[in-house]
Amino acid sequence: MIALSDYLILSAVLFCLAVAGIFLNRKNVIILLMCIELMLLAVNTNFIAFSHFLQDMTGQVFVFFILTVAAAEAAIGLAILVVLFRNRRTINVQDLDRLKG
Amino acid sequence: MGFEKFLFYCFAALTVGAAAMVVTRRNPVHAVLWMVVAFVSSAALWLLLEAEFLGIVLVLVYVGAVMVLFLFVVMMLDIDIATLRAGFIKYLPVGALVATVMLVEIVLIVGPGNFGLDAFPAPSAAGVDVNNTRDLGMMLYTVYVYPFELAAVILLVAIVAAIRLTLRYRTDTKFIDPVRQVEVRKGPDRIRILKMPAVVEAETQE
Repeated sequence: MIALSDYLILSAVLFCLAVAGIFLNRKNVIILLMCIELMLLAVNTNFIAFSHFLQDMTGQVFVFFILTVAAAEAAIGLAILVVLFRNRRTINVQDLDRLKG
Repeated sequence: MGFEKFLFYCFAALTVGAAAMVVTRRNPVHAVLWMVVAFVSSAALWLLLEAEFLGIVLVLVYVGAVMVLFLFVVMMLDIDIATLRAGFIKYLPVGALVATVMLVEIVLIVGPGNFGLDAFPAPSAAGVDVNNTRDLGMMLYTVYVYPFELAAVILLVAIVAAIRLTLRYRTDTKFIDPVRQVEVRKGPDRIRILKMPAVVEAETQE
């Protein structure tokens, strides 16, 4: 039988791949957003695995809300990205220094 | 090894492989397409966990809407991939190191010792009369009805924000404004009435 730890390790691997992706593609905002989506996928897999093994629907309800918020986040993030590209003609993170931070 | 376990390893390998491709591809379009593979195989894993509704929703909402939105934006923006890729090799060691350390730490905690079959025995498979969508709906519309409405508000705010952010008023386009069209009055706008003296035709020589 598939153990709970199998699912947890799988989502740990996914999460760490996404963290590595943020390090590797630190200049491309689109890939950064996609890495965040991968992290959310790993977290959702955790929730659903616990929901299955504890026989509790609450975990699935939580995943439902995470999916909602993640979709809203992706829509707004991409809208900001489009406006950013329209104004600066680049999505390189290192060129986004107008605030002089 | 049962068939279920075989399916789990297949889809797990597919998910991890696709995720690795997402973070290493040079072309963002390829990365988005590999992301689709990762989401679809994750949806299959969720089906194995008897979360049928969320598995379908992941395919419909994520692959069908969010990833298409990503693809749309990636193809719309004319980005210079070469400069964005600079530093990829430079940051590879530190990224791999951080990811490996994190992975080892997490696996030490969630490994088979703490979350194995002894601590969490696998539940028996649900019968054909168990309706996952109905159960989830009952939870959502009774216990979690206020969070559900809040989620609807969040989506509405996201729609308004996304439209407002990307809305652009162009001044160089010629178009008909119906509001101004119906406001036109006959008097000063459409025709102009001039008073002028009658012109008498000059008398011909008789």
